[in-house]
Amino acid sequence: MDLAAVLTLDVLSGIATLVLLSLGLAVIFGMMRIINLAHGEFVMLGAYATVLSANAGINIWIAMLVIAPLTVGAIGIVIERCLIRFLYGRLVDTMLATWGLSLFITGAVTTAFGNTIQGVPTPLGGFEIGDYRSSYYTLFLVVLSATLLGLVFIFLRRTRFGLVSRATMQNPGMTAALGVNPNRVYMQTFGIGAALTGLAGGVLAPVSGVGPEMGAAFVAKAFITVVGGGSAILAGTASSSSVFGFINQTGSYFTTPVFGEVIVFLSAIVLIRLLPQGISARFFKGSL
Amino acid sequence: MTDTAAPLLSTRSLTMLFGGVVAVDAVDFSLAPGELRCLIGPNGAGKSTFFKMLSGQYVPTAGEITFRSRSIAGSAPHEIARLGIGIKTQVPNVFNGLDVHENIWLAARRRNSPSTARRIARDILERIRLSHRSMVPVGHLSHGQRQWVEIGMVLAGDPELVLLDEPAAGMTDEETRLTAELIREINASRALIIVEHDIQFIRMIADKVTVFHQGGILMEDKADTVLKDQRVRDVYLGKKEYA
Amino acid sequence: MAVKTAAQLTALILAVVAIAAAPMLLDLFDLIELTLFASMAVLALSLGFIWGFGGILSFGQTAFFGLGGYAYAVAAINFGDSTPAILLAIALPAAFAALLGYFTFYGRVSDVYFSVITLTVTLILFNVVNSTAGDEYRIGDAALGGFNGMPAVPTFNMPFDPAAVLEPEASWYVAAGTLVAVYVLLRLLLASSFGRIAVAVKENEVRASLLGYDPRLIKLIVFVIGGAVAGLAGALYVNWGAFVNPTIFGLALSAQIIIWVTIGGLGTLIGPVVGCILVQYIVSRIGTQQTFNANLILGAVLIGFVLLLPRGLMPTLQHIATQAGSRLAYMFSRDNAGRAIADRPAGAE
Repeated sequence: MDLAAVLTLDVLSGIATLVLLSLGLAVIFGMMRIINLAHGEFVMLGAYATVLSANAGINIWIAMLVIAPLTVGAIGIVIERCLIRFLYGRLVDTMLATWGLSLFITGAVTTAFGNTIQGVPTPLGGFEIGDYRSSYYTLFLVVLSATLLGLVFIFLRRTRFGLVSRATMQNPGMTAALGVNPNRVYMQTFGIGAALTGLAGGVLAPVSGVGPEMGAAFVAKAFITVVGGGSAILAGTASSSSVFGFINQTGSYFTTPVFGEVIVFLSAIVLIRLLPQGISARFFKGSL
Repeated sequence: MTDTAAPLLSTRSLTMLFGGVVAVDAVDFSLAPGELRCLIGPNGAGKSTFFKMLSGQYVPTAGEITFRSRSIAGSAPHEIARLGIGIKTQVPNVFNGLDVHENIWLAARRRNSPSTARRIARDILERIRLSHRSMVPVGHLSHGQRQWVEIGMVLAGDPELVLLDEPAAGMTDEETRLTAELIREINASRALIIVEHDIQFIRMIADKVTVFHQGGILMEDKADTVLKDQRVRDVYLGKKEYA
Repeated sequence: MAVKTAAQLTALILAVVAIAAAPMLLDLFDLIELTLFASMAVLALSLGFIWGFGGILSFGQTAFFGLGGYAYAVAAINFGDSTPAILLAIALPAAFAALLGYFTFYGRVSDVYFSVITLTVTLILFNVVNSTAGDEYRIGDAALGGFNGMPAVPTFNMPFDPAAVLEPEASWYVAAGTLVAVYVLLRLLLASSFGRIAVAVKENEVRASLLGYDPRLIKLIVFVIGGAVAGLAGALYVNWGAFVNPTIFGLALSAQIIIWVTIGGLGTLIGPVVGCILVQYIVSRIGTQQTFNANLILGAVLIGFVLLLPRGLMPTLQHIATQAGSRLAYMFSRDNAGRAIADRPAGAE
């Protein structure tokens, strides 16, 4: 019974991690049809922002929840203005340029802070279920990911910006004719996606080693989650995070963490083959 | 070419749905060997969708397609092409980066040795009057010339049935006249189905005409009869008022 | 046409002479470095071929490179003779490419998702091989060694004569000779009917299928050839270092292959070779200086090329040369002035 509870918590935290990791990417991919291969480096930048500000004496919660998303969001907007906007409609070139960007950011961070693994202590401490230990921070991640999904939903559904950005993604020409500047919408959307990713990096910093090359570990997972989820940002992210998070944690439990990951990748390939449009196109048509 | 002969191509209850929209609605159609048939009808009548099912680009939602007494509904485009159906699509669909000769050669090469394919390509370049531009990349040609390249590619595959989707669209009067001539030449040895909007062009080439309207067949008769028919006029004039 | 063929033959002869003379002109250290460049250039050709002429963008060409490397290492340790090991290093990646290609092309997986899948596949292989530390993971006499890799892999010997291990000069001849041979074979393949059909499929898949060609099959064959070439490059690489470890499957190398081809020029065969050697040279220089980080430079270079020179070096140079040539021709023969010299399309070089 205790084991079941711990396993459930493990699965939930696996799902939450995937939601956090992929939500920003899903916003950028789902709304702008851009494959951002520097996504892992956005996560890394968020983690660095957290570690550096925590080391500078700033409260860890402010570092994770405020400084990380704001920093990466700002960097995202700069990148959109200086690079991405020249490449709209050129899907392959965007992939190449963002891959270059990913190397560039990794190189820049290595040059600035050295190729060392840093970290911050995990806040909140732990609790026990029978013989097993778990941490309150895991619970926090689960609650945070659910909250983020809710906030993004409200943002897209209930705000003017959400409406305008959904309209722009559907038909940029028409939206422009209605007096909205599509360029501005793209810039803001990219910034929001980057900020969400920075937030993910911030809150994951205490539970993972922070180094210049940490992004590589995340980018593939985030991608299969987004691609597996399909075009609906929220329903897709939530459903495919659930599927892959479940597979990852149970797979890891019964084999090793490495093979858990391998099983996730394999199932992702099978999923893309069976549902090329993603889970949401099949089961959640027309949802957000 | 009597009505009692086995048809070259026939469809039975052929239907295509896109989401909830019925693009083609239970069409029964039949074409005799060596026949030339024109399909007309306003935009959105389902002609191009009908064509794409014949060529295998769309898999029909329901119904049968029989070509040379073989069922081809849902076969892959390359399988249908190998059975002897060649199609010129509505938007010129050619290898823009390759030169004119290479385009035609590729079409001939599938059934012939490289040297025979070269000879066929030369012949066809004569017929489509583009011999002098054989080394030019197709992307550099005018719209009308690219249509001819595509018709040439269809011919190079030596199909028994030729499908032409709007062969005269965007052509000058002179080009249109030459295209009509080319079509009569093709019809000497092959069956054709032609989708066309241009009534003048239809008068030049048509024998029998099938009118599509709202996904179904409105009527089917000799060109003169069809073009005089009041219902057909209403369908077209109704559209012209909006245009 | 005849002029072009003659020029190509001349270039080929020059290349062969340069390869033959290199051991006499260079010291051993430089020669060994060039041997590595030549091996990697074969890898560059594999992606340059499938991407530039088949329209297949594989982010995981390292999967085949790595499989080739590991297949060679395992087989060479077990057989003691490099001859069957090299063949296996070609056959296994080719078979794997056939499997993966069948799964994706026949499953109508779209281009972008194909790239994501290939990336995922190479990461799977990386993870799997990385976790094979420990004595239970061995194939015959060969322990896979996990993240430490496999040291002391037997290097190439004379065919079917394990005692006659190749000296560094001979390894250079093998690597450079393989590069030239692969280049010539791919060039001939592209000039054949199959090559022209493959380019047609890349140009317009729908039209190719309406002409009766099966695009899935054509792409599959192109992909398998690319996998075989990448596998061969893997064997050359392992021969160079007598060593293999899982980074051979890694993202860093995947990115580099893409960079080679993008910089050198998509749609040519010489471009990827030039791009590879150039980048390898720059990276090795940066490595000795330690002032700049290699990732920083590579990333900036890739971004710069995508934004400013998306066609890559070789096509741009060819374009400049053609323009200069046609201007010269125009100046020297006014009587021919009316005849424009047609731009050759990228795929028909």
